[in-house]
Amino acid sequence: MQLNTPSSPHLHGPSTVTGTMLCVVYALLPGAMLYAWLFGWGVIINILLAIATALASEAVMLKLRKRPMAMFLTDGSALVTALLIGIALPPLAPWWIVFVGTAFAIIFGKHIYGGLGFNPFNPAMVGYVMLLISFPREMTTWMPPLSLGENNLSLLQSLSYVFSGSLPAGITLDALSMATPLDTIKTELSLGKTVQEISASPLFGTLGGTDIQWVTLAFLGGGLWLMHKKIVSWHAPFAMLGTLALLSLLFFLYDQSAYAPPTFHVFTGAAILAAFFIATDPVSGATTLKGRLIFGAGVGIFTFVIRTWGGYPDAVAFSILLMNMAAPTIDYYTRPVVFGHEREPEDDR
Amino acid sequence: MISQFWKFHGGIHPPQNKYMSTKESIGKAEIAKHLILPLHQHIGESAEACVSVGEHVLKGQIIACPQGYISAPVHASTSGTVVAIEDRPIPHPSGMSAPCIVIESDGEDRWIEHGPEAPYAEIEASHLRNLIRSAGIVGLGGAGFPSFIKLNPTGKTIDTLILNGVECEPYITCDDMLMRERPHDIIAGAKIMQHALQAKRVLIAIEDNKPIAYDLMKEVVANEADISAVKVPTLYPQGSEKQLIKVLTGKECPSNGLPLQIGIVVHNVGTAAAVHKAITLGQPLVSRIVTITGDGVKEPRNLEVPFGTPMQALLDQCGGVSDDLDRIVVGGPMMGYAMHSTDIPVIKTSNCILACTKESVAPPSHVMPCIRCGACASVCPVHLLPQQLHWYSRAKDFDKTQEHNLFDCIECGCCAYVCPSNIPLIHYFRYAKTEIWAQEREKDKAALARQRHEFKQSRIDREKAEKAARLAKKKAALAASKETDAKKDSSKSDDKQDAIKAAMERAKAKKEKQATAPKNTDNLTEAQQKQIDEANARRAATDGNTNVAEKQDEPTP
Repeated sequence: MQLNTPSSPHLHGPSTVTGTMLCVVYALLPGAMLYAWLFGWGVIINILLAIATALASEAVMLKLRKRPMAMFLTDGSALVTALLIGIALPPLAPWWIVFVGTAFAIIFGKHIYGGLGFNPFNPAMVGYVMLLISFPREMTTWMPPLSLGENNLSLLQSLSYVFSGSLPAGITLDALSMATPLDTIKTELSLGKTVQEISASPLFGTLGGTDIQWVTLAFLGGGLWLMHKKIVSWHAPFAMLGTLALLSLLFFLYDQSAYAPPTFHVFTGAAILAAFFIATDPVSGATTLKGRLIFGAGVGIFTFVIRTWGGYPDAVAFSILLMNMAAPTIDYYTRPVVFGHEREPEDDR
Repeated sequence: MISQFWKFHGGIHPPQNKYMSTKESIGKAEIAKHLILPLHQHIGESAEACVSVGEHVLKGQIIACPQGYISAPVHASTSGTVVAIEDRPIPHPSGMSAPCIVIESDGEDRWIEHGPEAPYAEIEASHLRNLIRSAGIVGLGGAGFPSFIKLNPTGKTIDTLILNGVECEPYITCDDMLMRERPHDIIAGAKIMQHALQAKRVLIAIEDNKPIAYDLMKEVVANEADISAVKVPTLYPQGSEKQLIKVLTGKECPSNGLPLQIGIVVHNVGTAAAVHKAITLGQPLVSRIVTITGDGVKEPRNLEVPFGTPMQALLDQCGGVSDDLDRIVVGGPMMGYAMHSTDIPVIKTSNCILACTKESVAPPSHVMPCIRCGACASVCPVHLLPQQLHWYSRAKDFDKTQEHNLFDCIECGCCAYVCPSNIPLIHYFRYAKTEIWAQEREKDKAALARQRHEFKQSRIDREKAEKAARLAKKKAALAASKETDAKKDSSKSDDKQDAIKAAMERAKAKKEKQATAPKNTDNLTEAQQKQIDEANARRAATDGNTNVAEKQDEPTP
């Protein structure tokens, strides 16, 4: 009788990479769907285009690198990258923006380094930052929520714009688009207005931007569910949002008219999405628990600094990439104390 | 009593599957025709055969004697004839063969004459240890470390003796069944061990997934003042010695250290029962309880098995194996190793024979790259970073693996169990450990070779120098004699030569004066005088030599 003699352990738990990635996808879906509901068809077109591009690029790269196709195409990691890019892009972007960004993320953010598990940077953020630097005009043309828009596009009109750039007669892109809350704060503060005056605009809600705050809350729910499922640990999100809130609170208390309140910082832009879905990326982030705290705090600090004094309205992507670079060093210096290496003080029972 | 538990980091809850083998009481294994007794059934030096082929032996007779301190004897596990002393496959992950004594059973199973020496309380601790040693008792929990060593307090005060009835590995139930059926044996053994160690208290630790065993043990120790049964929450790998100590006492045994250093000794409950048999009945260790289980065997149960019984015989006695058998594991599913064949004998450390079908073991799914999710680090009971160790082991960066405390890894398998990428982490860590050991052996060898080379080189150099010195001396002598010859030849005396001679004589006189009249030599102690005398003697010896040379230099009239 031929007996198998593999190495121990002979049992394996239920977790798989695909399962983990799919959980992340499920956690993103409510937010993504709400986003589409509140901001229009463009969001859905973005996401679907990104998914198609990501899977195609992944397949091509696997083929070129002679890696098992089925195993890696179904691991779900490209799907997560695609979803994140689709959500991060301005609703209603030309098709080639989505295509170039996603392909760049998969090819240059992931496969150049050796594919799944070997990329030092978060692929979605690599793609996003490349777009932000290369195509500033397209990347800063944001649609307002449908509730504020005067000429909301139908599905067909959206598709026609995405693929051919043509808008219905009498509507210009400038008439459609509107600055984001973060952008508004930045430009109007530089014009000498106070935060209170600026946030009186209908663009601002109680927590963050109008409507986008609900999307953000949906992402928060998804993130908490991931935490509950033990897919992500609380360390990085807590540290990032905590640092961001604390820093903005300090400056807000210092001068309430020149600095936005902490609720605005946390609930606007990509802060929550990044805290739960990008700063928790295991591959490119820190792997020790203490390291994740430092990693998250770093992202929080950079986000606040760049948002407040830097050249870009939002800064999450840059912050993530900056901290990605620091992750190996953080890991090295935050190794836990191994059992029996440090005598614990005698207990007094 | 224990009022609180401490926690060690991590741990997992794999499916227990213990119910399979606890339906029937402990049975007796049939005595096989041939019993194969390896000489190495424990940690330490192998025993050495002290019987010869053809000899008739009785059950309990010593057939192999321990070699060195950390070693244990092997006893005949039934009566019969020694038919071979040769290499046979032994229970080892590599499937290797090692020296074994093969006994052909005579079917009588006749004991050698044996009996208790005296009540244990009257036996001196050191003699007690000797008796336990000659009974061949080693740790029956699976490690097989000679027990008498762990019953020697070596001058330390032992606060707690822990009897390990945790049995945290899935499937295994031999300790559970022992506690259910022979609780008095365990307590009797515990008292003997406590006596040998002079331990203040005894804790019997049992996981809460064995309620029947716990209730029984609790009942049995109800009237004992310093022995108590403790129910600990189930968590793998709680049965690991250092982790169990942490849970019960909060103390962390230092890395590389022994529990003894912190006043704690841990023994398996089975070992306690064996000690009881050895001291109270005078019976050496010739059998153990083995769990034969898994969904690959038809009637899983526990059997009391004489050592040397081939595993195939036990599987047959349990109704045989199913057709879709995938592997036979010795030990539990987390840390046990898969056997190459079933002709391997049961030895002192074989606590479980696990027959697995394809469905019950880890599915042969693909290994994916590590995504650094950190699940492994969150379950590691030693608080290592398996993801980093894996990375460095793969890269063969063995210095870094040691920096990340590779050698603290207890190979419990928690990390590999939770790994979403299905990476055989333990395999990588064993590989890195063996590579490091091999490198260290290489280094030692190289150091020895270098030492030898340097010694040889210095010897050659010394010989060369000595030869050169001899030659120089000879040359000088020759030159001197030539000089005198020349002097003899020349009739007129050379002023220069005379001056040199006079100077040399003056110097010599001065030197002699110094030697005969040293300064500060008043009021010397005896020891100082002795030192001076020795120094003078040495000087005289060397002077003697130089004098010879000088004499040669001296012109002969």
